[in-house]
Amino acid sequence: MSGTATTSRFALALRGSLLARLSLGTLAFLYLAAILAGWIAPYGYDDESRAHSWAPPSQLRWIQGRPCVHPVSFSFDESARRVYVEDTSRAIPVRLFVNGRLFGLDSLEAISPQDGSSARLYLLGADARGRDLLSRLLYGGRISLSIGVVGVSISTFIALVVGGLAGFFGGWVDRSLMRVCEIFMLIPSFYLLMLLRATLPLDWDSRVVYLSIVLILSLIGWAGLARVIRGLVQSLRSADYIVAARALGVHPLVVLRRHALPQTFGFLAIQATLSIPGYIIAESGLSLLGLGIQDPQTSWGNLLQESMSIAEIHLHPWSLIPGLALFLAVLSYNLAGDALRDALDPRGGR
Amino acid sequence: MTEPLLAVRDLSIRFGDTEVVDRLSLTIRRGETLGLVGESGCGKSVSSLSLLGLLHGARVTGSIRLDGQELTNLSPQGWRRVRGGKIAMVFQDPMTALNPLLTVGRHLEEVLETHKGLRGREAQKFAADWLEKVGIPDPVRRLEAYPHELSGGMRQRVLIAMALAGEPDLLVADEPTTALDVTIQAQILDLLANLRRELSMSMLFVTHDLGVVERVADRLAVLYAGRLVEEGPVGEVLVRPRHPYTEGLLASVPGFRARTGRLRSIPGQVPSPSEWPSGCRFHPRCDRAGDICRTTRPDLPPDGRPACHFPLEAGS
Repeated sequence: MSGTATTSRFALALRGSLLARLSLGTLAFLYLAAILAGWIAPYGYDDESRAHSWAPPSQLRWIQGRPCVHPVSFSFDESARRVYVEDTSRAIPVRLFVNGRLFGLDSLEAISPQDGSSARLYLLGADARGRDLLSRLLYGGRISLSIGVVGVSISTFIALVVGGLAGFFGGWVDRSLMRVCEIFMLIPSFYLLMLLRATLPLDWDSRVVYLSIVLILSLIGWAGLARVIRGLVQSLRSADYIVAARALGVHPLVVLRRHALPQTFGFLAIQATLSIPGYIIAESGLSLLGLGIQDPQTSWGNLLQESMSIAEIHLHPWSLIPGLALFLAVLSYNLAGDALRDALDPRGGR
Repeated sequence: MTEPLLAVRDLSIRFGDTEVVDRLSLTIRRGETLGLVGESGCGKSVSSLSLLGLLHGARVTGSIRLDGQELTNLSPQGWRRVRGGKIAMVFQDPMTALNPLLTVGRHLEEVLETHKGLRGREAQKFAADWLEKVGIPDPVRRLEAYPHELSGGMRQRVLIAMALAGEPDLLVADEPTTALDVTIQAQILDLLANLRRELSMSMLFVTHDLGVVERVADRLAVLYAGRLVEEGPVGEVLVRPRHPYTEGLLASVPGFRARTGRLRSIPGQVPSPSEWPSGCRFHPRCDRAGDICRTTRPDLPPDGRPACHFPLEAGS
């Protein structure tokens, strides 16, 4: 199928399905927010304020025609938990393009003239160390949303090489490569994931941790895909244009790369879209268990660490919001993958 | 020059326990076109693929000599130099023999890159030249075309250009006109014949169509059930067939020999390779068969007589 025909079919499928448009829109929104996190987020991901531990979401007030927040102060209740009270005598306006960010409180205006304490803007509430959840969510999206794309790219590449060679050359190449695949498929993936991660030191630099998680995830993810690619290439091997290319003396590896593998790309696009959620969830799972991204670095998984007990959820329900973001991203990928499949493979029928 | 370009001697091809081609011997001289004729399943295509070493999982024995060089024991690298460079092939179905994702130009450049070491602008120029030689109008613009934008005849011309771009000594054409309309068939046949003359190549023309073979071939080899049964100059074999199979084949083509009366058909059908009969493989369908045909394989003598115990008399 030619590129233009595919594109127009995809456009057609988009027009036909509200869900497809919504899911692609959501994904675009999430990725844009993550990419621009450094500018959209009102605070840095590790900008903490101990005076605002577990501060609830700030109430926006409309005062003198602009949105404002009141500073909060706390007292302790009978079970020694902080209770936050708004100080309505002061109102600090939320300004656009302030402190080099999209919006936030002007750092000078936020300081109280009486005691020198600083008011903070928490649109989604704060965590135990008084860090802004919205900001951490945006920065965490960078990790959680990119890990799927990077991981799928790596595992697709491995699968293309292994599956392509096995399917194209057959014989002992095929047999030995497929046995390796089966070994990887044999082990329940999440346990393999934890095992591999546990063998690596936990106190690495966050970038190294990120990289090692991606590599581990793609090391687990390639096997199933490689088997499917092997099957596709095997059926292509006797296609006339493959035999024709070989009959013209083209090197087998060139035939594989130029003539056989590109035929699988339509399938790969669908497969990649549908398997990205698995990577996002796997990373979240690792981080949730403390094996992934470490505090103060943030990902949606380790943000959810704070809502692991029902008591915590009861006291500060906003800590569940990262789960909502995770849910949205995973759902959108699945719906977008379905739309892509409908567009690329009209035989599938719906 | 006395030595033939291609000399195939005792070529046998087996898939597992089944022998698909049995001791086939052929020669093609320089500048000659040999027609290889037979029904479906008689081993024509397998034989032609074996000339390029393209049979997967088959055991090929015997000798294939091209220009004095033995091909059967070539290394993979050696085969790649032969394929497209010395022996090139035109395939049967132009609708499927081109990669749908690549442009016509890319297909041709691939051959020029492999065998002539040409790249980029230079390869493009040669590719356009070849398209012009196979009679494609507006060749420079056609380089950008994808296979689905071309008609069947155009695609077959592209495939011919691809086969010729490596300037091979021998062109193997495996039923190159079967998938085409009759009017286009004639054009492609003339094109092949003209290009063969211009480039002074030899050609092995594989077909089941006797009308086509009469038009292009100098000599004719008739294959039945994996064995060569008759060989000779095209005019002679078609006018005075001496093997009962060739005779029956000709009698079953309208307007060929049976200009009057009913068309004859050969009783029965070609047996499958796993159940080929003993002795002469044609004997169950032959009305001249005697006891010796059931037990003894007839040889193909080198003097132009057929592989038959009871050949038809010359001129009968």
